[in-house]
Amino acid sequence: MLTKSSNMEAAGETPKTTSMTMIQALRSAMDVMMARNENVIVYGQDVGYFGGVFRVTDGLQAKYGKSRCFDAPISEGGIVGTAVGMAAYGLRPVVEIQFADYVYPAFDQIVSEAARLRYRSAGDFTAPITIRMPCGGGIYGGQTHSQSPEAMFTHVCGLRTVMPSNPYDAKGLLIASIENDDPVIFLEPKRLYNGPFDGHPDRPVVPWSKHPMAEVPEGYYTVPLESAAVFRAGKDLTVLTYGTMVWVSEAAAIETGIDAEIIDLRSIWPLDLKTIVESVNKTGRCVVVHEATRTSGFGAELVSLVQEHCFYHLEAPIERVAGWDTPYPHAQEWAYFPGPRRVGAALKRAMEA
Amino acid sequence: MSQDQVLRLHVPEPTGRPGYKTNFSYLCLSPAGAVRRPPIDTTAFETSDLASGLVRVLDDDGRAVGPWVPEITPERLRKGLRAMIKTRIFDSRMLIAQRQKKLSFYMQSLGEEAIGSAHSFALQPGDMCFPTYRQQSLLLARDDVSMVEMICQLMSNEGDSLKGRQLPVMYSYKRAGFFSLSGNVATQFIQAVGWGMASAIKGDTKIASAWIGDGATAEADFDTALTFAHVYRAPVILNVVNNQWAISTFQAIAGGEATTFAARGVGCGIASLRVDGNDFLAVYSASLWAAERARSNLGPTLIEWVTYRAGPHSSSDDPSKYRPADDWERFPLGDPIARLKAHLIQIDAWSDAQHEQMSNEVDAEVAAALKEAESYGSLLDGKIPSASSMFEDVYKDMPAHLHQQRQQLGV
Repeated sequence: MLTKSSNMEAAGETPKTTSMTMIQALRSAMDVMMARNENVIVYGQDVGYFGGVFRVTDGLQAKYGKSRCFDAPISEGGIVGTAVGMAAYGLRPVVEIQFADYVYPAFDQIVSEAARLRYRSAGDFTAPITIRMPCGGGIYGGQTHSQSPEAMFTHVCGLRTVMPSNPYDAKGLLIASIENDDPVIFLEPKRLYNGPFDGHPDRPVVPWSKHPMAEVPEGYYTVPLESAAVFRAGKDLTVLTYGTMVWVSEAAAIETGIDAEIIDLRSIWPLDLKTIVESVNKTGRCVVVHEATRTSGFGAELVSLVQEHCFYHLEAPIERVAGWDTPYPHAQEWAYFPGPRRVGAALKRAMEA
Repeated sequence: MSQDQVLRLHVPEPTGRPGYKTNFSYLCLSPAGAVRRPPIDTTAFETSDLASGLVRVLDDDGRAVGPWVPEITPERLRKGLRAMIKTRIFDSRMLIAQRQKKLSFYMQSLGEEAIGSAHSFALQPGDMCFPTYRQQSLLLARDDVSMVEMICQLMSNEGDSLKGRQLPVMYSYKRAGFFSLSGNVATQFIQAVGWGMASAIKGDTKIASAWIGDGATAEADFDTALTFAHVYRAPVILNVVNNQWAISTFQAIAGGEATTFAARGVGCGIASLRVDGNDFLAVYSASLWAAERARSNLGPTLIEWVTYRAGPHSSSDDPSKYRPADDWERFPLGDPIARLKAHLIQIDAWSDAQHEQMSNEVDAEVAAALKEAESYGSLLDGKIPSASSMFEDVYKDMPAHLHQQRQQLGV
């Protein structure tokens, strides 16, 4: 089901794996990198002694000391601003924004500073920073704990925007992000932290321990950036998606019986255009799915790219499924969330056109 | 009956405007030598009087007086004088070049030359300044960045190490401890704190020097920087250059009315000084005090440098529209070059003739550098970095979409 691409497998090693949740996989990525590179440091609100509100950094302060993993004041601008300075010094800061919804006070430091430092100084200074943040809904978080702001970052030249959909990719992508010399926005779909989610909130939660994609190597490996995965091979149409919606799209394909090929972008921007174009040219139909609001969402860019590169292979208009153009509501969460029914309807429309 | 009072919005005004002279009593100056010099391990609250007073060394007769008189040789002082003269002449020649359209834009530091020049003398190799666009004296006081290099940046020509991407004066010289200028104000202030924190994390000995203007202290990055610097006891000097004006906005609009910017530091738990920024000796002495604190793990020091922006904000500004034309002549802290010159003459280490000779030598050096830089091109002759290079350095490795866009441009 998963087209894995990692340098570890290319080397032909057989690493020891452990079943990990996405939280454990992300923690393992930071653990591995802190052990390998003493310039890697981790900080953010509540990440030190307590280990983060989602416990992603649990144990790192005890293992690496307070100067390498510590609590930050409640100041997203300060967290990213200091990270820019630390990166200019030569460190590789991995900072946590407690919720993606809280990132906006840091916007100037991300957009005007981190993203453009290499360019404006012609490489004199660089900003190899990884900015982690939980994103997405499905946990009754309301409008301040549910947003998916990826399009705010993909519009900014100089940034890399990444979103994993499973523990294996989460660890490999986070290690690749920390090693990358560009600033990386690393979005973690919080609804996937403890298990895959098919978009049916009424069904029992499936833990990662029951899923093969939770088998994660204990040591170092990377999932390269700018590399998409064929999450599910299929003939009928192509679904372009990422994060939680990978799982929702899979459920929609199963429930509709449509043989959808699901491409998990993993790196949202810069992206792996080749994998997208190959799939759409093969299937001739395309559905773009994301949880974020629709208008000017990243889906618009995907639709445009497919139109530019696959127009003469298309047999149907490209469909787009997204969150409604409203703030993320609290009580009406499941009417807002683009679940399997909405995705399934789009799959059918794409097949019937 | 306070409930019957009609409420009024207070919008601060400067005491002077075109047509009537500024009353500079709002500056609340202390006499030279009057302010005490505490030990470097003082607490923040014990510096309250220093944050409202004014550290000064040079009196009106050019004598160095009081507890802040630094140990510095006449030879170093002459070098400092030269740095200030060089900055002033450099600025003046670049303004002319701007009017000749050889560069698109320029920002002079007229009247503020002492601050960067003397501060630069208090730093060590490896320290990092995070400057604003008016700290060219930090660079011009050093010997390791040539004026030719700087002018190539100003002209965005083929010799510009920033490949023509940045506005004039947005220099970047990592090797000379000069962080890349953004062009957005205040952002560098918190970055400097991060740089200092990194030095402490690594167990290094280097310190950071953060710079901001009075106007930009109103940005959140200023307050954030004070919080982080205090929390982590970051080895950083937090410099606030209060030159009274942010374009046309008087410093009271940034929050300087009936208080000082140095007082903000005390409130955040940071030892803070308010210093005569036109007094080379006071700048040097206070900078050394703050640097020693940072190097001794005593944490940050905030210094408000009281000075006056004698020229326009930039080559695009006309201050006669919003302040009295003779303001600088009447500014009570005077001209930093004239004041250090008077001191050197007072201690028999300088003369008018030597001063004139130095000015002439420096002027010839600046003229020669300008000529050489022009040989690499200017905006007038179109010898600029290639359009192809515009796609480089967005990312470390150029992604496919930028390759494609470069092909579309056909370069």
